[in-house]
Amino acid sequence: MLNTGMSRRAALVSALAALSALAACQDKEPPFHGVSLTGASYGRDFALKDPDGRIRRLADFRGKAVLLFFGFTQCPDVCPTALTRAAAVRQLLGKDANHLQVLFVTLDPERDTPAVLRSYTTAFDPGFLGLWTDLPGTAAVAKDFKVYFEKMPTGSSYTLDHTTLSYLFDPQGRLRLAIKHDMSAADVASDVRQLLIP
Amino acid sequence: MTVSLISSKHAARAFTFIAGLTLAAAVQAQVVVKDAWVRATVPQQRATGAFMQLTAAKDTRLVGVSTPLTPKAEVHEMAMQDNVMRMRQITALDLPAGKPVALQPGGHHVMLLDLPAQVKAGDTVPLTLTFEDKSGARQTVEVKATARALNTPAMAKDGKEAKEMGHGEHAH
Repeated sequence: MLNTGMSRRAALVSALAALSALAACQDKEPPFHGVSLTGASYGRDFALKDPDGRIRRLADFRGKAVLLFFGFTQCPDVCPTALTRAAAVRQLLGKDANHLQVLFVTLDPERDTPAVLRSYTTAFDPGFLGLWTDLPGTAAVAKDFKVYFEKMPTGSSYTLDHTTLSYLFDPQGRLRLAIKHDMSAADVASDVRQLLIP
Repeated sequence: MTVSLISSKHAARAFTFIAGLTLAAAVQAQVVVKDAWVRATVPQQRATGAFMQLTAAKDTRLVGVSTPLTPKAEVHEMAMQDNVMRMRQITALDLPAGKPVALQPGGHHVMLLDLPAQVKAGDTVPLTLTFEDKSGARQTVEVKATARALNTPAMAKDGKEAKEMGHGEHAH
């Protein structure tokens, strides 16, 4: 009898210890799927135009998580895939969908006019916002966010090589995670939920 | 003498031509094109991708694509390195015998450039694929690709595995 009681108590104690260890672990390092960029010295802010020509900054979206992607509309594959995933993430968030703002910055302002940018982003989700600036400004913002891009001629036209990471900011506007291109919508949604916890 | 030489040359040429045609017909029958689709565009978007699956019965190469939509259609390869996507035109895509080769999001694709008009979801896009076999004989195959919505997802690859890994990191 006594032995059973002891082992029960021991089991309870060890279960509690395991729980608190798990809690401590989670306090230290939330189970993000993306690559942590907490404390990064880059990607602090931007000043870009929306399709209406209004200047937008990261601070305009305070209170929402922000998913930021750099691409171009003539991109056959990577950009539509990233934006389709972003739309799926908002669907997975359900009632929290409005707490995520998706931003698409064009790396090809010569061809992505504000009109093209608007119809392209909203084809994926009416809530997505396209952002742009002139060529020197585009190079500058890409540098600020460690986004590589380069024009590659193909016949009489050109395509762009570019970084495929999406960036996730917390509702305080701090850069928190790099989201790789092959991460699933479910994992991105899980990371967004983590960032939305006050 | 001279006349007969010329005429035998002609005969040889004619023979080569007919043999080429016969060979080409065999090539055509031996490349199966499945599930051809084009990603729809928004107005004034000038480029998009076309995707499909090709299976050749014997070693063949895809050496060209054309479409009435635009004079500029190219076969591209895509490579992802250090999270950077790089796209390049290639002159030929190898189709090893019996092996399905996918032109799909995340890999090879046909690039349609300088599009003069929007491609709308549901549109039929004719594509002419040119194949070349080992002997150099060429043949074309006509394909009717369907335009799918701009937000058609790429095939889910490893979402599930990524989730499993996420849990694994918390094992003590």
